[in-house]
Amino acid sequence: MNIYADNAATTKLSKSVINEMVYYMENVNGNPSSLYETGQKAKEALEDARQRVANILNCEAREIYFTSGGSESDNQAIISAARIGEKKGKKHIISTAFEHHAVLHTLKKLEKEGFEITLLDVHEEGVVTPKQVEDAIRDDTALVTIMYANNEIGTIQPIKEIGEICRKKGVLFHSDAVQAVGHIKVDVQKDNVDMLSVSAHKFHGPKGCGILYAKRNIVLTNIIEGGAQERGKRAGTENIPGIMGMTKALEEAVASIDENAQHIIPLRDKLIDGLNSISYSELNGDRYKRVPATVNFCFEGIEGESLLLLLDDKGIAVSSGSACTSGSLDPSHVLLAIGRPHEVAHGSLRISLGDDITEEEIDYIIKSVKEVVEYLRNMSPFWKDLMSGKRQHVFAE
Amino acid sequence: MALYSEKVMDHFRNPRNVGVIENADGVGEVGNPVCGDIMKIYLKINDDQIIDDVKFETFGCGSAIASSSMATELIKGKPLDEALKLTNKAVTEALDGLPAHKLHCSVLAEEAIKKAVKDYYDKNGIEYDESKFPKDHDCEHCCGV
Ligand SMILES: Cc1ncc(COP(=O)(O)O)c(C=O)c1O
Repeated sequence: MNIYADNAATTKLSKSVINEMVYYMENVNGNPSSLYETGQKAKEALEDARQRVANILNCEAREIYFTSGGSESDNQAIISAARIGEKKGKKHIISTAFEHHAVLHTLKKLEKEGFEITLLDVHEEGVVTPKQVEDAIRDDTALVTIMYANNEIGTIQPIKEIGEICRKKGVLFHSDAVQAVGHIKVDVQKDNVDMLSVSAHKFHGPKGCGILYAKRNIVLTNIIEGGAQERGKRAGTENIPGIMGMTKALEEAVASIDENAQHIIPLRDKLIDGLNSISYSELNGDRYKRVPATVNFCFEGIEGESLLLLLDDKGIAVSSGSACTSGSLDPSHVLLAIGRPHEVAHGSLRISLGDDITEEEIDYIIKSVKEVVEYLRNMSPFWKDLMSGKRQHVFAE
Repeated sequence: MALYSEKVMDHFRNPRNVGVIENADGVGEVGNPVCGDIMKIYLKINDDQIIDDVKFETFGCGSAIASSSMATELIKGKPLDEALKLTNKAVTEALDGLPAHKLHCSVLAEEAIKKAVKDYYDKNGIEYDESKFPKDHDCEHCCGV
């Protein structure tokens, strides 16, 4: 069996998206900035895409900026808010401890410039509360940036309520919605966000394509300087096939949100129950406040990379938050942020299901994870120490 | 390019000498759960100071398991003084290389064997040159805890 269950990392292009992209590669080769017909055809396509994206996110076309992906959108949103804030002497930014590195590293950069960063605790459930945000807002707060859904554990944040507080207090609010858009309903009006980041490759669109929504009164700061594309805020000849493919993918994903959720959620819940039956294991993040497809577990006594590699041998592609997979000495900052101790965070596994997942595949995943966890525990001196009482368990049996 | 060499994957998928030796003559354990790897080596040593049998248990990533497996292969049936000369470099080379950030796995393998030999010397009152053995360091500094 071959199961791709790492859709939070990236998704495969849908056939219709490929067709759309190929059409624009073959037929619309002009530069949208050129005045002759082929250029103007590209321009028309671009502006059509912008309007269609705006319709979906519920904003105006001029509030949509096409970027190279989620990372660029996050960078530009945060830097822009920082520049707007600092002009008014506001140099405080509120975020959470488990944001994507595109956000956290941008905040680190601003911290070096003299900004003060407050990272809110996300608790064991992996959810921040609106009250925490309210309490953290100060007179000099320039921005609140909180992700819509976490990429590792899948928990959804109370974006609408946080947005309401930010509106009331007159503070800009950005949300990294890379893991949300196309999977759950996102509406920039209802959600009270001023800026929103989107990435195409998380909803069966192409890699290297993204969206930044910025409310019309927000003056963006360029990350990329050059030509006057994207209303002068993002230079570079537009990636027309990518943008058209992304727009198509977004429309398809949003149209099937309910249908996908109905199909995936019961299977996801079966997966959670199945993995819960493994002794000394725990689901990471709140069981219910999560996107339909993402499940993340910690297993005591084993290390995630070896788990991942052995599952790969069984045809299952998943990811882990262990230090060995993060390429650093520390395990995932997300798992540490929800209070998992290092030794448990090393034994984590993220499974992010595809829309076409079947019950048979879920059964196979559960069976395979059980087998591999047991196999690795049998050769783990750490596990033996836990079982003999030489070391203390973190989880209940 | 794959993450690991064929050799590493072979030793990871089919680790040699996994298990425990009851009443082992020497046991060495290194690493800690906070850092994400622990290796434990068991030695059976005969009267001629030859390693008759060796087993390992490892908690860790693919290269940690492969390094333990390869290290045990390299010392099985060898005289103790030869096993003591096993370097992490030799383990890495025998595995056709490891990614740079995984080299510490081969270091753990070398240290686990030395520690097991030291345990054997200690148990049998055999004198040895302390400086030839790694210090019992706790590696908590490496995880920023
Ligand atoms: C929450 C989140 N933000 C940002 C990104 C970065 O997006 P991109 O890969 O398009 O730069 C990702 C994807 O890795 C993500 O999951």
